[in-house]
Amino acid sequence: MRILMFGWEFPPFISGGLGTACLGLTKGLAQHGVDITFVLPKLDSDEEGRHLTLLGANRVHATVGAKDINELRERIKMLEVISPLRPYITDTEYQSILDQKELLSSEAILRMKGYEFAGGYGANLMAEIVRYSLICAHMAHQEEFDVIHAHDWMTVPAGMEAKRVSGKPLVVHAHALEFDRSGEHVNQQIYDIERAGFETADRIIAVSHFTKDTIVNRYSIDPAKITVVHNAVSRERRLGQMRLEKPYKEKLVLFLGRITFQKGPDYFVEAAAKVLQKNPDVRFAMAGSGDMFNRMVERMAELRIADKFHFLGFVRGTDVERIYAMSDLYVMPSVSEPFGITPLEAMVYNVPAIVSKQSGVAEILDGAVKIDFWDVDRLAEEILDILDNPKRAEKIVQQGLETLKRTKWEIAAEHVLNVYRDLSGGR
Amino acid sequence: MISVCIYFQVHQPMRLDQGYSFFDMGRRHHYRDEQANADILRKVAHKCYLPANRLMLDLIREFQGDFRISYSITGVALEQFQEFCPEVLETFRELADTGCVEFIAETYYHSLSFLFSKEEFRRQVNKHHRVMTEFFGREPTAFRNTELIYNNELAQEVERMGYKVILAEGADQVLGWRTPNFVYQPAGCEKLKALLKNYRLSDDVAFRFSDRNWDEWPLSVEKYARWVHDVAGNGEVINLFMDYETIGEHQWEDTGIFNFFRAMPRAVLAHRDFGFRTPSEAAADLDPIAQLDVPHFTSWADLERDVTAWLGNPMQDQAAELAYNLEKAVMASGDDDLEATWREMLTSDHFYYMCTKWFSDGDVHKYFNPFETPYQAFISYMNALNDFALVLDQRQKSK
Repeated sequence: MRILMFGWEFPPFISGGLGTACLGLTKGLAQHGVDITFVLPKLDSDEEGRHLTLLGANRVHATVGAKDINELRERIKMLEVISPLRPYITDTEYQSILDQKELLSSEAILRMKGYEFAGGYGANLMAEIVRYSLICAHMAHQEEFDVIHAHDWMTVPAGMEAKRVSGKPLVVHAHALEFDRSGEHVNQQIYDIERAGFETADRIIAVSHFTKDTIVNRYSIDPAKITVVHNAVSRERRLGQMRLEKPYKEKLVLFLGRITFQKGPDYFVEAAAKVLQKNPDVRFAMAGSGDMFNRMVERMAELRIADKFHFLGFVRGTDVERIYAMSDLYVMPSVSEPFGITPLEAMVYNVPAIVSKQSGVAEILDGAVKIDFWDVDRLAEEILDILDNPKRAEKIVQQGLETLKRTKWEIAAEHVLNVYRDLSGGR
Repeated sequence: MISVCIYFQVHQPMRLDQGYSFFDMGRRHHYRDEQANADILRKVAHKCYLPANRLMLDLIREFQGDFRISYSITGVALEQFQEFCPEVLETFRELADTGCVEFIAETYYHSLSFLFSKEEFRRQVNKHHRVMTEFFGREPTAFRNTELIYNNELAQEVERMGYKVILAEGADQVLGWRTPNFVYQPAGCEKLKALLKNYRLSDDVAFRFSDRNWDEWPLSVEKYARWVHDVAGNGEVINLFMDYETIGEHQWEDTGIFNFFRAMPRAVLAHRDFGFRTPSEAAADLDPIAQLDVPHFTSWADLERDVTAWLGNPMQDQAAELAYNLEKAVMASGDDDLEATWREMLTSDHFYYMCTKWFSDGDVHKYFNPFETPYQAFISYMNALNDFALVLDQRQKSK
């Protein structure tokens, strides 16, 4: 089985869970003997890719000739419609981009041939998506493969173009939706891309039933077309099994994620203040960055809890492991979380978790405490109770470890492989 | 005789290590960025302190007693001169030896202590007083509070501490139609005299000197002297108060700032009714023209001329509250190093870096802010302060 896979990020260059999930899934697929060509917008040298063929659109780009481009030219009408925009975008940022009226013409896209890809989610993201799609279409024309697999909306145009060029079946993998990122204030153009992708796809993989329901209800997609495959978590630990000794007596409650609307950081801050009113011997750590960072810092100061509430900024590498290993309780109060890998990661470090009911991971976590993201009082009560009650904490951890046993990438990959088999006629 | 009173503020904060993170808390108890402190101090010494001191020495010698100036040097700046560039200290001593230079007392750590703890305020002022006396051989008789932060209560406290003169901002909200060019008596004081900064003439040099959008640019010495002389008949003392770093650091040498100061004494003295005095000399000669009632705090910062550069947003208020809350534990420790570390963290600059007043459009605050954002400044400060609180806590327990 040969898969042409399109993804926007891959470890170590990630901004969220998407890249990590792509790594885990491809490793799982490789264990089943699946042959994967994974196309990134930009390939640096440090990506962890011994189990698959990693290609950078930036490198392929240079080899695309004028003839290839002319051939593709007929097919890029759809791409012209897409104007420059970004995922994780805020209203004001989006408005300022619209004001620039930066619609791309196919000529402009082709002229950019000489430019380097920046990768990531920079200011020219939309232009990059369009160029990336062109190159992916070119590859679909050249390469031999059975199924196209595109992760999230950034690579949806590429998947659609590749399908059109090759006639091969397309799987669109939904890790996050515009409704998760922006609530009711969706960016219409991202929504349109997502919807076009879902309609064009031969099969959709959703990371949770929560996400599947959103796709059915918000994008009017036939549920029969959607397969739910829960994410898994890698259990590789570099710091070993030891918990890290803290240099203070207080227990530590952790939030780790982008500090954006979707992740509900404000509920964490409010709950922290309520907890500290009843039990001052607790510390809180907020790790991550995002457009709500400054507001959270100021709100925390306003609540007068700066002696017990700490901001870590964006943490990476072993610092992620360190903070998990130091924590006594993990909280994921997401407003809308298609999956949410972090509570599983916390459990790898024997840290009990509280997760919002509005998350996909809640579907597989039998042990974790589940709350409505908006229920700050309940969240505070649960935090107090779990910290006060080591037996309960231990029980949550034990149940979490049971869950971990069941959530392996190898198993998730099996479900994905079944989808491939269905689409490629059982080969 | 109309007195022209020049006072230069000399200050460099102990900068905190911006890399001090959450993971350092409880493990590493050193918060200073020694490299930045050394680098910045040496840089400013060569751009400003050394050449400016040399210039002032030359002028004082040239005018044989007719050119007189004053300084206030914070304790934290003094310590850094000793450590990183002792030559600066030597030239300040030379200036003291001329007898034409007055050194003014303030809080040793350039702190907001008066707003939080009168006791700590007195301790810091007394420490500065001792050090000034020791270094420059004369007991200070004039006082200025951090950033000219001032109100009635402060003046009364300073009078009780024995000072004869206090410096303050000639803020519009206090003076209204009145001029800063007379000596005033602070409300509730009987002996203390207040000298008020003439902010127009001071800021013409300190802020506007190199501003090409200013309709008076370029500022010639002749023009400036004419403005000074215009006060004749409507004032007895002109108080030109500014940061010493104006000369060579805020206004670079190529703006002509050194030449301006080199020529200024002669141009001012060209009018026979004008003469240079130090603050204590001017105050001794003159009687207060009226009472000065300042119930609310004023300062020389920003357009508001109040304390909102350091306090008022939640981060500043929270950080300052938590820092001053540690006073009891610090004093109980009886440990000189802990006291010094704590007091370095009381320096007003740390709270200035957390100011969000102009964060959106960037401004003078940004120029003086080593942190990328006020939020980062707050986070770094709190990491260090929280560690310091842990150290204090352990110290208390082990006793």
